Amino acid sequence: MSAVKNYIKSLFLWELLKGMRVTGKFFFTKKLTLFYGDGEKTPQSPRFRGQHALRRYANGEERCIACKLCEAVCPALAITIECDEREDGTRRTTRYDIDLTKCIFCGFCEESCPVDSIVETRNFEYHGESKQDLLMTKTKLLAMGETYEPQLAADRKADAAFR
Amino acid sequence: MPEVRNYTLNFGPQHPAAHGVLRLVLELDGETVERADPHIGLLHRATEKLAETKPFNQSLPYMDRLDYVSMMCNEHAYCMAVEKLLGIEVPERGQYIRVMFDEITRILNHLMWLGSHALDVGAMTVFLYAFREREDLMDCYEAVSGARLHAAYYRPGGVYRDLPDTMPKYEKTKWRSDKDIRQLNATREGTLLDFIDDFTQRFPTHIDEYETLLTNNRIWRQRLVDIGIVSPERALQLGLTGPMLRGSGIEWDVRKKQPYETYHKVDFDIPVGINGDCYDRYLVRIEEMRQSNSIIKQCINWLRTNPGPVIVEDNKITPPKRTEMKEDMEALIHHFKLFSEGYCVPEGEVYAAIEHPKGEFGIYIISDGANKPYRLKIRAPGFAHLSAMNEMAKGHMLSDVVTIIGTQDIVFGEIDR
Repeated sequence: MSAVKNYIKSLFLWELLKGMRVTGKFFFTKKLTLFYGDGEKTPQSPRFRGQHALRRYANGEERCIACKLCEAVCPALAITIECDEREDGTRRTTRYDIDLTKCIFCGFCEESCPVDSIVETRNFEYHGESKQDLLMTKTKLLAMGETYEPQLAADRKADAAFR
Repeated sequence: MPEVRNYTLNFGPQHPAAHGVLRLVLELDGETVERADPHIGLLHRATEKLAETKPFNQSLPYMDRLDYVSMMCNEHAYCMAVEKLLGIEVPERGQYIRVMFDEITRILNHLMWLGSHALDVGAMTVFLYAFREREDLMDCYEAVSGARLHAAYYRPGGVYRDLPDTMPKYEKTKWRSDKDIRQLNATREGTLLDFIDDFTQRFPTHIDEYETLLTNNRIWRQRLVDIGIVSPERALQLGLTGPMLRGSGIEWDVRKKQPYETYHKVDFDIPVGINGDCYDRYLVRIEEMRQSNSIIKQCINWLRTNPGPVIVEDNKITPPKRTEMKEDMEALIHHFKLFSEGYCVPEGEVYAAIEHPKGEFGIYIISDGANKPYRLKIRAPGFAHLSAMNEMAKGHMLSDVVTIIGTQDIVFGEIDR
């Protein structure tokens, strides 16, 4: 009996029809895709690791004290720091470069930073037309920090209990 | 009479079915494969050598990049090896989180395998459906670690951070009404565990969907049944592990036979095949996804009721809490010491293996007592599988080579390292 059943099923393409029903169902359901180019994005958690930024304190003073811990911890050796004494006698960086072509976005720099200076923003959409564009200098990093500061502060606060 | 010679064909490295950068030199007699000669090394990044120059913690992100579709499992093997050297025990909550994310990773890997395997053989739709589910799991990855792929979440001694208690939500845009947004966010209202729980509820129906599309499909069966048969004896001799070995009917699973973390406390079965052909391996992997789903459920139940530390609280090995680091001099010293010098491990050699989605993935470390390994060896399951290519492909048609590459679940990140 089952042989006959199987024969009929096979003759009338039963398993293919069942498959077609699954795919056909999606004709009538809502699309899962987002309009990415038009401002829609998938949600990002506060822990997101994107392009880097250097933060400043509320009074405008840069946080980085040139302890070079991020330079030491960076597995890809993407960070280069040079430092010197400033006029007011404090120790500051004169050069802070992150080579985004080397960076592997592991987040260790942020983890190691004792003053929450180097952070990773939520920005994952960046490009460079030349290799030079992908070398984040200190000015570029500080500018990134100024742009994203409210978001950065909120994210650090949201995740503070876990760090 | 003219001399009849075999035809040599370069399959890949640009062939879309070569899964990355496989260069396969095929010797063909007509359309029948006489000899398959895999050439590897196009994705060689010297991970093993690189690890010799870095403190233990800093090699960790490179482990993600070995098998780049099952990231956390690679980290797991590495962390286990370092923990074995140090002789430390991960807190139970950390172990459960690891087990849960190992299984999430297994589903991620098998979905990727299923999608690409079906795509290679000619079924496009499954690929799209598999990626729909992968997206949810990627969100879990991102919620805990901040990265969708290269997580760097496991650390020697536990996991970096505890599971978050909120999930990120979709924001309102001009394209969607409030109701749509509410629908999109319906699963994201609770914690991460609620989100994963919701996923495990609906995932079995999704697997049924894939099975409806493939399991009895006549084209799928014609392409897979009796292709690339490996006998149990040969499978052992060739060093196959994971679904490749279980597909041949040998019940071997490191999670059961040499339990690590909390695998001895969760309940699951090992699916095995009978014939050792591509179709059996397909069925084994499908069943493994169902088993993983049930393991995830058990982990969620445990994690819901048992808060606690997720990483060992020894500041010689793991960094202190940030608040502590900012107030306490001792903690600050530990922080600086750990991130610059790292930690020294006792002299010795260890091998730690886990049941990676692809097979047995092991890390072998020789330490001379320094803060970096003297030598690190990665036992990649894919390498042994690829070595069996010649034997599996011999006598089959050219198009079956694609099926065999698919069934071996080749990822070049781990083979070339």
